[in-house]
Amino acid sequence: MAKKISGPSYGLLEPGDLSVTSRRRFLQGGGAGLLMGFVWLRNGKAWAAGEEPSLKVIGGGDNNGGNTFQGFQPGGFIRIAGDGKITFIIPNTEMGQGIYTGESMLIAEELEVGLDQITVIPAPPNEQLYQQPILKSQATGGSTSIRGAWIPLRQAGAAARTMLVAAAAARWGVPAGECTAERAVVKHGPTGRTLGYGELVDDASKQTVPADIVLKDPKDFKLVGKPAKRIDTPSKVNGSALYGIDVRLPGMKIAAVEVCPVVDGKLKDVDTRPARAVPGVVDVVKLDNAVAVIGDHFWAARQGLAALDINWDNGSKENVSTQRIVEDLKTASEVGKPVMGRTVGDVAAGFRNAAKTVEAVYQLPFLAHATMEPINTTVHVRPDACEIWVGTQAPTAVQKAAADLTGLPVEKVIVNNYMIGGGFGRRLIADSIVQAVNIAKQVSYPVKVIWTREQDIKHDLFRPAYYDHIKAGLGADGMPTVFTDRVTGGSVLGSYLPKGLPEGVLDTDAIEGAAETPYDFPATQVDWVRKDPPIKVNWWRGVGPTHNVFVVESFIDEMAQAAGKDPVEYRRALLGKNPRALAVLNLAAEKAGWGEKLPDRTGRGISLHDSFGSYLAVVLETSVSPAGEVKLRRITAAVDCGININPNSVKAQVEGGFVFGLSAALYNGITLANGQVEQNNFNDYRQIRINEIPPFEVHIVASGENPGGLGESGTVSAAPSLGNAIFAATGVRLRTLPFDREELRQKGSDGSVLSMVAPVGLAVAGLASSDGAKTSSDPARPDLSLSSEMV
Amino acid sequence: MKRWGLALLAVIVILIVAVGAFLFIPHRLEEVSAPQGMPTGQALVQRGEYLARAADCVACHTAPGGKQYAGGLPFKLPVGTIYAPNITPDKRSGIGDWSDAEFVRAMHHGVGKNGEDLYPAFPYASYALMTTEDALAVKAYLFTLAPVQADTPANTLKFPFDQRRLMRFWKLLFLPGHRFQPDNGKSPDVNRGAYLVEALAHCGECHTPRNFMYGLDNAHKFAGAVTEGWKAYNITSSKTAGLGDWSDQQVADYLSTGHADKRGSAAGNMGEAVSLSLRHLTPDDIRSMVAYLRTIPSQGTATTESAVDLDPPALKASTPYSPTPDELQDASLGLQIFQSACASCHAWNGEGLQSPHAALIGSQTANDPEGTNLIQVILRGAKLETNQGTIAMPAFGKAYSDAEIAAVSNYVIAHFGNKKPAITPEDVAKARAF
Amino acid sequence: MISLKINGQSHDVDVPGDMPLLWVLRDVVGLTGTKFGCGIAQCGACTVHIDGKPVRSCVMNVSAVGDRPITTVEAVGETPAGKKVQEAWLDLEVVQCGYCQSGQVMSATALLTRNPRPSDADIDAAMAGNICRCGTYPRIRAAIKKAAEV
Repeated sequence: MAKKISGPSYGLLEPGDLSVTSRRRFLQGGGAGLLMGFVWLRNGKAWAAGEEPSLKVIGGGDNNGGNTFQGFQPGGFIRIAGDGKITFIIPNTEMGQGIYTGESMLIAEELEVGLDQITVIPAPPNEQLYQQPILKSQATGGSTSIRGAWIPLRQAGAAARTMLVAAAAARWGVPAGECTAERAVVKHGPTGRTLGYGELVDDASKQTVPADIVLKDPKDFKLVGKPAKRIDTPSKVNGSALYGIDVRLPGMKIAAVEVCPVVDGKLKDVDTRPARAVPGVVDVVKLDNAVAVIGDHFWAARQGLAALDINWDNGSKENVSTQRIVEDLKTASEVGKPVMGRTVGDVAAGFRNAAKTVEAVYQLPFLAHATMEPINTTVHVRPDACEIWVGTQAPTAVQKAAADLTGLPVEKVIVNNYMIGGGFGRRLIADSIVQAVNIAKQVSYPVKVIWTREQDIKHDLFRPAYYDHIKAGLGADGMPTVFTDRVTGGSVLGSYLPKGLPEGVLDTDAIEGAAETPYDFPATQVDWVRKDPPIKVNWWRGVGPTHNVFVVESFIDEMAQAAGKDPVEYRRALLGKNPRALAVLNLAAEKAGWGEKLPDRTGRGISLHDSFGSYLAVVLETSVSPAGEVKLRRITAAVDCGININPNSVKAQVEGGFVFGLSAALYNGITLANGQVEQNNFNDYRQIRINEIPPFEVHIVASGENPGGLGESGTVSAAPSLGNAIFAATGVRLRTLPFDREELRQKGSDGSVLSMVAPVGLAVAGLASSDGAKTSSDPARPDLSLSSEMV
Repeated sequence: MKRWGLALLAVIVILIVAVGAFLFIPHRLEEVSAPQGMPTGQALVQRGEYLARAADCVACHTAPGGKQYAGGLPFKLPVGTIYAPNITPDKRSGIGDWSDAEFVRAMHHGVGKNGEDLYPAFPYASYALMTTEDALAVKAYLFTLAPVQADTPANTLKFPFDQRRLMRFWKLLFLPGHRFQPDNGKSPDVNRGAYLVEALAHCGECHTPRNFMYGLDNAHKFAGAVTEGWKAYNITSSKTAGLGDWSDQQVADYLSTGHADKRGSAAGNMGEAVSLSLRHLTPDDIRSMVAYLRTIPSQGTATTESAVDLDPPALKASTPYSPTPDELQDASLGLQIFQSACASCHAWNGEGLQSPHAALIGSQTANDPEGTNLIQVILRGAKLETNQGTIAMPAFGKAYSDAEIAAVSNYVIAHFGNKKPAITPEDVAKARAF
Repeated sequence: MISLKINGQSHDVDVPGDMPLLWVLRDVVGLTGTKFGCGIAQCGACTVHIDGKPVRSCVMNVSAVGDRPITTVEAVGETPAGKKVQEAWLDLEVVQCGYCQSGQVMSATALLTRNPRPSDADIDAAMAGNICRCGTYPRIRAAIKKAAEV
């Protein structure tokens, strides 16, 4: 039977809960001038203004008073001190997505303060106060932050404003209805009297928390929907922003660490003397699978580590290789027992009635996160407490892990969360925090553990590899009669959940983006063969959709090709029931000049998806040189993410997410041989650079729908747009990521001209002027799409 | 006729017997004794350590990631693979129960403990020149190492190359039958240098071309050769093709630091030789080696198409941070890769940024239109240990396509060498195969 | 003891000569604005100025600096080009996670210092050594152009 497909399946979602559509309907209920109960979903207390004693914990360690805070504290998110200083405690972690600004805008909008009037601190671990309503855990990921915060944070701001206004009205002896608030000042309209919020904190604290909150009509928004300057930018251009790696504490030492290079291998023994002989080295600490050298500075630690000759017990996984893993995926796809994901309509009849069948196999690699900030954690284990300084996407998971390791009660584990230099899912997992606590337990001083880039890449927890067999029946008119996709790969949810995921239970992440597409197919069947690899896997930006939308959107182009139709036209015909998707498709195609002539070996590719509650279509134009080099020429995106909080961030996330996805599509794949990861650093885990990025336009479709998530959408679009563009340019369909550019080399191309190769753009411009250029959708193109890897 | 027939038969029998005897008579084990005045104790060990470094024993007798001197490094030959043995003093898997005489016999005659003939991957044709005293010092040092139990993998040579006795023919042709003979007509400096270069550092093993029997073609001594996909450059006194135009200081710097001003840096096997061996030599010994190299007759000349250009016009028209305006305008694929992955260290004007080792001006590698070493160093990177720390270049082979590496190689040689190279993706694919 | 002139101040540091400048700045002097990204001069996060010129401090031996003045991101705003770059970065909201941006700002400032009107090709040449995983490249390019107009 078909299980209901959940939307974002990050974190501790219960199967079937919170599908994109059902949530949307639920939230739409109130309409404009939303009047809603203050308690929302099951975690109402946590996200509401309330009076729980724990709300007094402001957190953040070194900031804003902690338990000694005096002033107005209506719930977990807002602190207003008697001097008028306003602090927002932001429940989600800032890792580049602009959430400090976006969530501040939601609170500030209703609290009636300006973004220039506030200070932001990250929330301390506290599931009661800061549990994310979609993930049901205090975590940041899955493009859920704004979707989860949209109502509660505005409610928090409105409740606080209501109490402040009521306090002012009471002091003046006037009806609250005659008072307004603006920029942290309450004004009595008829008399013009004013009181600043700071002057009202004591009185406001005595006000009853309002039972029902009236939220603003969107037409009255002052902040939401208007481009706002990010509040973290100034500190990030002058070097003052502090990331976890920047922590400096009195008496702190710094550790470099080396983990057994073989998966799950252990430390056998090591003579620590050579490291101790290095000047500046303080200690050498052994873990069951690693050695850490601690020094006065990272250089001493690293030199000490380099001096060691470590004996490893390679264990049982010495023969793990990606070659074998991929073979196993193929076998599992062919003979494994699938778990049904979604089935709609009569699949058998769909194939019976098909005039033509199209099928293909797509393969995706393991991927590392390669955040710019290498993994690091600072820990001080004291007899009575454990204090941690780290940038984490999951502070309560960090706290619990440290409590388990130290035997301390959770409240004795203090987690100071920092801005993260790129998360992408990596810092949802506490593996590196566990390691750091295990190191810190063996010394008396605070120790900052920093992974080298090489350790960061080799000992990352990777996005799984996949092997997907996709198939469609096409009717006489070329339109689909049936669409099926068998996904084969490991379970990220199974790796993530503390107790794992039982065999036979669907991991909705594995099929997200394939089971539900924007398109209307008469019959659909998507299932999943679980084949967990012998290495741990993890969430990676764009989660299920990054994997599945590549397969589906590439294959939609293959279907269009088989039907002899233009890829955009073909999609349009399948979007009759999906006006928002159709609108972004049309807008992107129009702005990109879809259908206009292009030079030889140049093409446009489109992709469309509606992941995370947002609709995104991207047209990428690329040329491919005779040597096989892919030169991007232009990127045009159209996005409908519902009401957009900060249009500036919306565009930034589409741009950045897409560029992030391009690196993976062109260059990235983690491989293992002899149980060891073969990549090391940016020399062999290559990243796209500024000189490869063409002009990038993002067009926003105005929408009154509730906000969708957007931190990952751009990433999802990158590989399919590029693969489709490469096909349009060359007639070669690449079905394995990263794209092998050697397959794009024109046979007989003269290598000796390479030194003189002008940039592809110039070269093709020259070619274009000499002969009639083909259009990107030229149906006379040779059909190479189904010649290889057919099953 | 019959008599002649008998005589012929007799000759054949005698030949067979002679050849048989040549092949099968066991090697003699000559007694050795410590020469007069040979140091003892710690002094001997220290001397042995210095000599072992000068002879770069560790380079071949250590597997990648393995224990020093514990062997296991594979020599992949077209006819199979030979593995360097463990020369730590482990009694079972190493040389712990070798006698002095056995050790000296191995060094001078290429004969193993059990009388077996050793393959000349072990450069005994050079070590044959080493004095007995020095060979014994090396042994004394090796016997102070911690014994490592590490069995050497069995060689996998195909027939007939697995027949060790055949090496006797090779030795007959190529093994010097004497120790180093000083040339009284030359200065002590030159003789010391000759001993270091010929007997210890075994420079000729890479820098002298080999004949079809893998013997050194000493008619073209030090004229340059290709080993394992890398070029060992011409180090004769040729002004165009060799070191003739280098100053003594440049040669000395190159040997002791792996880099010489306006002459580029060492990578590949030469980088390894500097890291493990040459940088540990005393300034006097380095000076002696330079003096000896100066006496090597010039071999070969290079044309303007291949000689190092010390003053390429593109470098003059560049700044450290920007190529020539024309190159910028072209924005070739090679330039794009260079600006992405290379320019941060190498700098467009050839001077090198953070470290002089990154300077490409005058680099033979950046001037070789065939790009042999350039392709290799881009594919595999380089790591140089110097007395001022480690200098490293990462390996780009895994993440860049053959076409990209060809393009950037062509760019580098055109820009830094002022040449017109024509490296193809196929060249890169071949270089990857080593 | 090595003497360094950093952001106009003298610092005497007791470190080995082959210690990269990056770690001297971060762990000894305490200037953490300069970031560790790769350690092999492939990402540019560690870019600082020596004598106004950009260098990758992760591969620069501290002993090689000598008495040349070092400028880090903490003080680059005091230079005319640095100020323009920081303002343009704010105007165009270049930053996302921000971790690479210290290096981006330093590279861009060095570019504008030597070339007040850079072309796209000039920007490529100067900035391609700086990786940004968040993909802020389109805005970096735009911000450099904006800074150049000021």
